[in-house]
Amino acid sequence: MPLAYVRSNNIAMTEQRPDPDRLLDAIRQEEAAAQRGKLKIFIGACAGVGKTYAMLQAARQKQAEGVDVLIGAVETHGRSETAALLDGLPMLPSRKLQYRDRLLPEFDLDAALTVKPALIVVDELAHSNVEGSRHQKRWQDVEELLSNGIDVYTAINVQHLESLNDVVGSITGVRVRETVPDRVFDLADEVTLVDLPPDELLARLAAGKVYLADAAERAAKHFFRKGNLIALRELALRRTADRVDAQMRAYRADRAIANVWQAKERLLVCVGPGGSAERLIRSAARLAAKLQADWIVVHVETPAQQRLPKHRREAMLAALRLAEELGGETAALAGTDPAETLAAYARSRNVGKLVIGHRQKPGWQRKLLPGLADRLAERAAELDLYLVGIDVQAPPPRPEPRTPIGTIAWRKHAAAVAVVAVTTALASALLTVFDLANVVMVFLLAVVLVAIRYGRGAGVTAACLAVACLDFFFVPPRLAFTVNDTQYLFTFALMLVVALIIGQLAARLRFEADVARQRERRAHELGRLSQELSAALTTEQIVGIAGERVLAIFQAKSAILLPDSHERVREAQTEEAPYRLLESDNSVAQWVYDHQQPAGQGTATLPASPARYLPLKAPMRTRGVLAVLANQPGLFDEPEDMRLLEACTSQIALALERVHFVEVAQDALVSMEGERLRNGLLATVSHDLRTPLTALVGLADTLADSQLGDATRRELTEAIREKAKGTAELVGKLLDMARLQAGAVQLRRDWQSLEEVVGSARRQLDTVLAGHKVLSHLPADLPLCEFDPVLIERVLVNLLDNAAKYTPPGSEIHIGAVSRSGSLRVTVEDNGPGLPAGREEKLFGKFERGESESALPGVGLGLAISRAIIEAHGGRMHAENRSEGGARFVFTIPQGTPPDLNDGDA
Amino acid sequence: MQTNPRILVVEDDAHIRRFLRSALEAEGFAVFEAENGQRGLIEAGTRQPSLLIVDLGLPDMDGCDVIRDVRGWSAVPIVVLSAREQEGDKVAALDAGADDYLVKPFGVPELLARVRAQLRRGAFNAAGESEPQVHFGEVCVDLAKREVQRAGEPVHLTPTEYRLLTTLIKGHGRVLTHRQLLLDVWGPGYAERGHYLRIFMGNLRQKLEADPAQPAHLLTELGVGYRLSGLA
Repeated sequence: MPLAYVRSNNIAMTEQRPDPDRLLDAIRQEEAAAQRGKLKIFIGACAGVGKTYAMLQAARQKQAEGVDVLIGAVETHGRSETAALLDGLPMLPSRKLQYRDRLLPEFDLDAALTVKPALIVVDELAHSNVEGSRHQKRWQDVEELLSNGIDVYTAINVQHLESLNDVVGSITGVRVRETVPDRVFDLADEVTLVDLPPDELLARLAAGKVYLADAAERAAKHFFRKGNLIALRELALRRTADRVDAQMRAYRADRAIANVWQAKERLLVCVGPGGSAERLIRSAARLAAKLQADWIVVHVETPAQQRLPKHRREAMLAALRLAEELGGETAALAGTDPAETLAAYARSRNVGKLVIGHRQKPGWQRKLLPGLADRLAERAAELDLYLVGIDVQAPPPRPEPRTPIGTIAWRKHAAAVAVVAVTTALASALLTVFDLANVVMVFLLAVVLVAIRYGRGAGVTAACLAVACLDFFFVPPRLAFTVNDTQYLFTFALMLVVALIIGQLAARLRFEADVARQRERRAHELGRLSQELSAALTTEQIVGIAGERVLAIFQAKSAILLPDSHERVREAQTEEAPYRLLESDNSVAQWVYDHQQPAGQGTATLPASPARYLPLKAPMRTRGVLAVLANQPGLFDEPEDMRLLEACTSQIALALERVHFVEVAQDALVSMEGERLRNGLLATVSHDLRTPLTALVGLADTLADSQLGDATRRELTEAIREKAKGTAELVGKLLDMARLQAGAVQLRRDWQSLEEVVGSARRQLDTVLAGHKVLSHLPADLPLCEFDPVLIERVLVNLLDNAAKYTPPGSEIHIGAVSRSGSLRVTVEDNGPGLPAGREEKLFGKFERGESESALPGVGLGLAISRAIIEAHGGRMHAENRSEGGARFVFTIPQGTPPDLNDGDA
Repeated sequence: MQTNPRILVVEDDAHIRRFLRSALEAEGFAVFEAENGQRGLIEAGTRQPSLLIVDLGLPDMDGCDVIRDVRGWSAVPIVVLSAREQEGDKVAALDAGADDYLVKPFGVPELLARVRAQLRRGAFNAAGESEPQVHFGEVCVDLAKREVQRAGEPVHLTPTEYRLLTTLIKGHGRVLTHRQLLLDVWGPGYAERGHYLRIFMGNLRQKLEADPAQPAHLLTELGVGYRLSGLA
């Protein structure tokens, strides 16, 4: 029983346990919120309710609490009560921007970011910035302030909220162009409603307490009618109430995370090319907000739409952008049957609700041509359909001037004529053998072929011509247009219908093939990009590939900017950069890098710049910025193209990150190698040092014994001396090696005489060399050579010491030197046993000795040090065996041109 | 003990002081010790030593400053102790007025040879101020007649070579830095032209040394300067 109890308990626990991912997500959001500044919005029904006044009072209150408050931008509209509140609050000077020979004051975002107050007051959230500012809208400035951890107080009127824009417009008859996305309002930390009953507001208006600009006076009179004010007040109250309601629900959700998880609803909104797309999108946005649903806005690209005039197409793309601003996702679908395509997409995205526009049509039309809604209802019964009534009064799409028939169309028709002519000639030949009914089939075949090859228009032409030719040339009476047999009228109709159907089918086929081809091209290009990027090993290669591929895919030049160690992005240098950025563009790129948001053309941030800037976001961090120069308009409008570009940026970012980690790994490997070498060195050194030191201690201890005889004492003393000298030499060499390796050795080059250096080296080694015959063969006219005498002496000492060590006493050691072709070649040779064959080069390695088990003192650093010294001089060193026996060490160093002696004394 | 030369050892390491003291005392010198620069200056002033041995790496002050201070009031020979890495320090100490240097680690015989050479030089200079002829090896230089002979044969020297030789003779037994020689022989403005020295020293060796490749008297102190040894 206890077992069962435990188990049931476990199950209970699993059910109760909140989803860890969700908890993590919540924590992450809290962290992000903690770093972000807090936004407080003062909302009012309309101008004059006292938002600025309330906001400034709140700011003063904060200041009194000791908060560092700054006034960023406030418009008092000359109201003295409001202006009085500004007394004693620090003001940020505005920035003056040149706009069409006028200087306009504007909120100075950069100054505010530099001052970095705890709280900043920025009035009029919906304000549009003067051209030339970083952002188009003030709410974007506010976003940047918040993301920099600055708290913001701001004010807004309800009519400026994007989703309510059209509603307010229809109530008051005044449409405002300055809007703020609803998400800014919804994501605000606090919202305070500043409310004033309409009568009081009207009274204030009458008392002249509400400022109205002269130009706006007329519109405003219409605006400030009591009915309008009541409606606006209701809107403001209701919008605020909605927010409070949402807060309440979120609060509840927070308390019991496990209970509220459910599949989020999705709305699919289908917009068409009509003028009603904007209205449809706003309605859908409100609906989605009420349902707390994600929403996707799609438009189905049909062949018909590809033929749409440019401005209608652009209007639709603008509607898609609006949807994005309102928080929706957008997509463009291609297909011939909108209903079919939509239903398939809805299923693939697991969408339950579909919003489409609905226009009133006359009854007969509804019967004959079922609308999209009816077709959808038939095809996808599981979908909930929401029909949004499209304004009947909305102006019908403007009739467009017909596009003139191009030369291509003419050519098609000409081809149709030619085909029919040939068919006629052929038919007249065939008529001698076959019956007329069969000849008709030949014409039908011609029409079908033309329709398939040249499309519907040419097909119709061919059908008409074919019937005419048939009638004129073959149907009796010949060479006359009289059809007395009704049979041929039927033939004529049949041919026309066949031509139309075939033409339609062919056009559809061609369109689908085109779409498929484009899709395939994109997939192919993307595949090729990722294939090439995956082969790239260095950042430069990635930059090169990215530039090349972006040029190939979008026919647009591009540049990649990479951050340096100070997080400043700089254009990556390649040999053939497709696009060089201007100086000013770098600051845009920097902004993009810092904020990880796209900017530049086609975005809301700095849209005036000639290029679009996209952050290269990789899983770990942003790796740089891709700048794409829009040399053709509309490059960034097509959602499909944008998606492709985004896919490209993430591929590039991934590749950059991969290369970065490869470099990190390589660095780690190199330092590991270094570590291993160092460890080897330490092991050898400690061994080679400890041995003589142990001997020294032992010898000294022995010496301390007073019983020893004089001869033994002298012997011991000599041994100590030898050991100590050897140790000193080893330490000296190790220090040399360490300094050479650390690059701490600075050559003290001067014009030196090799003879002097050789002499000095020999004098230093006179006891070591006493048992050998040393012979110098230095030419008397050997010119001076530029080198560091002390280091070259050390090389010679090492070589001579080795020669003395590894040859039997009495051997000869020759020192020779030749100056030729600008370099000095020095040789040290002996006639001893020579070097171990095949190991000549290894001798120069660290801790290498000719004989590994040698009893001779030394650690085998001498040659390594010598070579390092010679190489520091820009020379080379090698060892070889002499043909006549013995070893030869050779080094060559550049000689240079010795300076003249302007002494006048010869 | 009045006649015994007094030697002041300025060295911070007690072991080195100890071994210097025993080696020097064994040779009959009177030895005084100082473990830092300040103490050394006081001892130098009060003990009136015949020779100073100064370590360059003192705990309280730069060895060069000790030398400069002493040189301010005394011409007493100064031998410097330095480590191998301190080539620049060595030259600075010699330029500051030191007469010779010993590179650590050094042996007792080497130390005693240097000390004796410096003391002899002081005695020679004191006695032979007016002596017009000097000898080293086979070479005899008559400073009054400006004549140079080698093994009894007259040797022709250019004016610059002769100036260089007499400068070396004046500072015999001392290590003369490149800078000192260039200033003395060629004059100011030539201090950086080390190659002049190499060429003229080469010429002098060709003319005066038995084996120029292994000079016995005109010695090279690599990276530091030259020294004339064996003057009698």
